[in-house]
Amino acid sequence: MPSTGNGTQASILPDSGHRRLPPGAIFKEAGLTAVVSLALLVPFVGFKIANRGGEQFLETRLPEVLIAAGLIFLGRIFLILVREGSLALPVAGGAVISAIGLFAPIPSAFIQAVAFTAGLVIIVRAAFMVFAARRRSSTGREFGSGFADGYRKALPWLASALIVFAVILPLMPFGERRTIDIAILVLTYIMLGWGLNIVVGLAGLLDLGYVAFYAVGAYSYALLASYFDFSFWVCLPLAGLFAGFFGIILGFPVLRLRGDYLAIVTLGFGEMIRVILLNWVSLTKGPDGVSGIPRPSFFGLEFKRYPAEGTESFHQFFGLDYSSLHRVVFLYYLILILALITNFFTRRIRTLPIGRAWEALREDEIACRSLGINPRNTKLSAFAIGAMFGGFAGAFFATRQGFVSPESFTFLESAIILAIVVLGGMGSQMGVVIAAVVLIGLPEYIRDLQEYRMLAFGAGMVLIMSWRPRGLLSQRDPTISLARAEGKTS
Amino acid sequence: MTDAPPLLRVEHLSMHFGGLVAIDDLSFDAARGEITAIIGPNGAGKTTVFNCLTGFYKPTVGRLTMQRDDTPWQLEQLEDYRIARDAGVARTFQNIRIFPQMSVLENLIVAQHHVLMKASGYSALALIGIGGYRKAEREAVALARYWLERVNLVERADEDAGSLSYGAQRRLEIARAMCMRPALLCLDEPAAGLNPRETGELNDLLGFIRAEHDIGLLLIEHDMGVVMGISDKVVVLDYGRKIADGTPEQVRNDPAVIRAYLGEEDDALEFVGGA
Repeated sequence: MPSTGNGTQASILPDSGHRRLPPGAIFKEAGLTAVVSLALLVPFVGFKIANRGGEQFLETRLPEVLIAAGLIFLGRIFLILVREGSLALPVAGGAVISAIGLFAPIPSAFIQAVAFTAGLVIIVRAAFMVFAARRRSSTGREFGSGFADGYRKALPWLASALIVFAVILPLMPFGERRTIDIAILVLTYIMLGWGLNIVVGLAGLLDLGYVAFYAVGAYSYALLASYFDFSFWVCLPLAGLFAGFFGIILGFPVLRLRGDYLAIVTLGFGEMIRVILLNWVSLTKGPDGVSGIPRPSFFGLEFKRYPAEGTESFHQFFGLDYSSLHRVVFLYYLILILALITNFFTRRIRTLPIGRAWEALREDEIACRSLGINPRNTKLSAFAIGAMFGGFAGAFFATRQGFVSPESFTFLESAIILAIVVLGGMGSQMGVVIAAVVLIGLPEYIRDLQEYRMLAFGAGMVLIMSWRPRGLLSQRDPTISLARAEGKTS
Repeated sequence: MTDAPPLLRVEHLSMHFGGLVAIDDLSFDAARGEITAIIGPNGAGKTTVFNCLTGFYKPTVGRLTMQRDDTPWQLEQLEDYRIARDAGVARTFQNIRIFPQMSVLENLIVAQHHVLMKASGYSALALIGIGGYRKAEREAVALARYWLERVNLVERADEDAGSLSYGAQRRLEIARAMCMRPALLCLDEPAAGLNPRETGELNDLLGFIRAEHDIGLLLIEHDMGVVMGISDKVVVLDYGRKIADGTPEQVRNDPAVIRAYLGEEDDALEFVGGA
């Protein structure tokens, strides 16, 4: 193999230097992979049902299949080389594949995207191997612990940088309507993730019906506004309060349940709320949903081109030209603030007795009882507070959409929110952010790829779970350290 | 016995599981400032006694009276967490139950939950920065440090409790129970799985608690070496029934005990006598 001859790129892994696979074996392995994938690609990618003038035809897509199989063949070779300790060739190969994906005139945008990502994956994988090997040889420690330390140090900087980025996002040149819309969506899920994190991540109560509280919040605002003309700012706390109340109602019957049983009951509760909303037609208008929900105002200033008689609108008050973007940006900042409040609250309550009791309850309920912690109140408070933030997010959802219907609150929503929490790493705030961006933002951004969107969603989940089974960021920071706690006293 | 009621008085305690009689009419006292040991062969009902005392089981029959600050508490009527919180009964477990993913220090802070909850206005006031929570937390850390020093875990205060060795986890569990400032500490086989050196350290720790902290200790033990060395009083159970009760000397020479433990041969007598 070419990699053996060059001195500078000689073996990275000390023990694998001498056991090189012969080229034949490498080609055989890669060939086998290509054949297997070909067998899968032909039925899944090779045929497409096309609609022409009401009639359906079966189209073949031979180029896509061949290109994909070729990519897999090459990728496999490079991965074997990385495994065998060679670096330069895979990196160069990965770069070439990425470049082809970016610039070559391939008929399908999807293949382009796949080629580009595949090349990157190979490069990252090679870099990862080198990094891990170097760290292991220099410190004798496992890769993971070094990563944990580095992460812990970098976290405050990373968090501040992200917040600054979030604040200036609408002012950036790429802060156009579509980007901000996606950002609002991602932030909504981040907030829901942080809310659910209290229940699942901290208190360890697997809640599959979280969307019920989201629905309660949304409908609280929608109904209060349409029946009593309450404004958004009055309804926001009320929505949180109602949702928290429902959290306690749900909490009572499930107090004695754990694990799978708890999950099933919460799942049922989530569906119950949806079915009630669907069938209580006289109150909720059933499947038609509630429309005409008032938009939020900026301290009484509305976002309308022509405000009602005797009132001023936002653009008039500030002497701006009317732009529909104003309201979108305002909504963006609103959800940003709501999400940051959720985050701040969670981080603070973790250092308070109730937060520590939640985490202790997650670890061992029987030990908690033996320490005089009331498990009933502790669990109910977790349910109520988690639900409250779901309610806030629901009220925001209602005001953003201007329309709510039971269809927005299906089990899939609960599953997505839970997936964000689990994939991010239970209890990790930053993990929720990353998982929400990956799971919600990315598929939304590549909406052009239509049918591949959900595929990417699923693939993302599988990849994260196989790469980091305990979630992206599973390190837990202690809420108190002896040195720091005593440093304060002296 | 003096006129004052003992720290813990167990009267006619019985526990049935369906048709199985796990404990049968057991009565004994445990005094403040003493180590009371409950011993007996496997399946004699020792742990069941503990579970009744700490509220994990509701006894079928019996009265369990705990004196704390001159207030009597009827343990058989209390929920488990109130027995710990109000009656001041702390316990450790046969199969250690620490909070493995929380740090050692956090384990000890969680044990002071009730005090801290009150100081922080049930967390609500402290959330908005009102009240004396900072001070209470400092005191909690000070108490935790005191016990960390006693159990030799100061250096590892900020590590995950789950990363400690088995022996260290046992010590941590005792320290955690003591951080509740209990009136009675119940230890379920504290020496199980410890090597002789660790068992020696455990004896010193229990002796220290008895000497310096005016509380009662109740321990279940298999290891006769631990029991005979440090106990002031031994209660022997067999098939859920009390067969002997007295000082280690008395129990050691009690024929019923020897029969229960070793059968009736003569050489067995010598073995127990020399233990």
